[in-house]
Amino acid sequence: MLAESLFFSAVLFCIGVVGVLTRRNAIILFMCVELMLNAVNLTFVAFAQVYGVAGQVFVFFVMTVAAAEAAVGLAIIIALFRHRQTVNLQNINLLKG
Amino acid sequence: MPEHLPLFYVFNFYLFGLVAIVSALLFVTRKSPVTAALWLVNTMFSLAALYVMLDAQFIGAMQVLVYAGAIMVVFLFVIMLLNLGHPSELADARGRGWQMAAALVGLALLAEIFALSRAQSPESLELPAGYAAREIMATGAITPVAGPLFNEYLLAFEVTSILLLAAVVGAVVLGKRRSGDAR
Repeated sequence: MLAESLFFSAVLFCIGVVGVLTRRNAIILFMCVELMLNAVNLTFVAFAQVYGVAGQVFVFFVMTVAAAEAAVGLAIIIALFRHRQTVNLQNINLLKG
Repeated sequence: MPEHLPLFYVFNFYLFGLVAIVSALLFVTRKSPVTAALWLVNTMFSLAALYVMLDAQFIGAMQVLVYAGAIMVVFLFVIMLLNLGHPSELADARGRGWQMAAALVGLALLAEIFALSRAQSPESLELPAGYAAREIMATGAITPVAGPLFNEYLLAFEVTSILLLAAVVGAVVLGKRRSGDAR
């Protein structure tokens, strides 16, 4: 089922990319990144079945990084919300020249 | 991976894959963040089912516990803490130009990944069919994952603990309310 897994993974990754490009809600952007990480995990698991189970170890590292990213990112979003009362990225243009 | 997969297996594999993709599509198109988060949880559950079918039972359990159970709960918690879902917050889709650009980028990426996945991988690296399933039958679902994790990848494992410590400290510092803040 390697080809099918890669197909599903590619479609999920692209949905995540399109979500990042089309949405302005910072939290939904973060969830789209999680979706992309999940798509990559599916690839890892599918290849682990063919090239050795050790590939599943990398899924653990991806999950750890995702958890750390979610914790820090959501803390940043909360801090931003406290200043601006919004998570809409259109209104957050502090660094815009 | 057996040579002739049972029809039941193939049917379920496609079913869960399609459920994952449809849920992901609904996730990026919903306006309300809570609805979107719940569709993403649905995607993650379907992916957990796919992991189990791909001989990664332990990863499937971790997917449900860590991703759907912990990370998505943190997301939902923040959505509800910030009380999003106000009508002015909901219209967050970008304009037509951005959507066209996103569609182009998405299609280009999809074509690229398909071209890559058609590439022939070296036969000599491939394990015999059904190797992973047999290994799991012989030693249990956790040993094939835990063995490399604590032997070959021990350094990466230890570095991960530092990453988590940094993330915890960073989250506390960023989320902390400064004494000068009025709100």
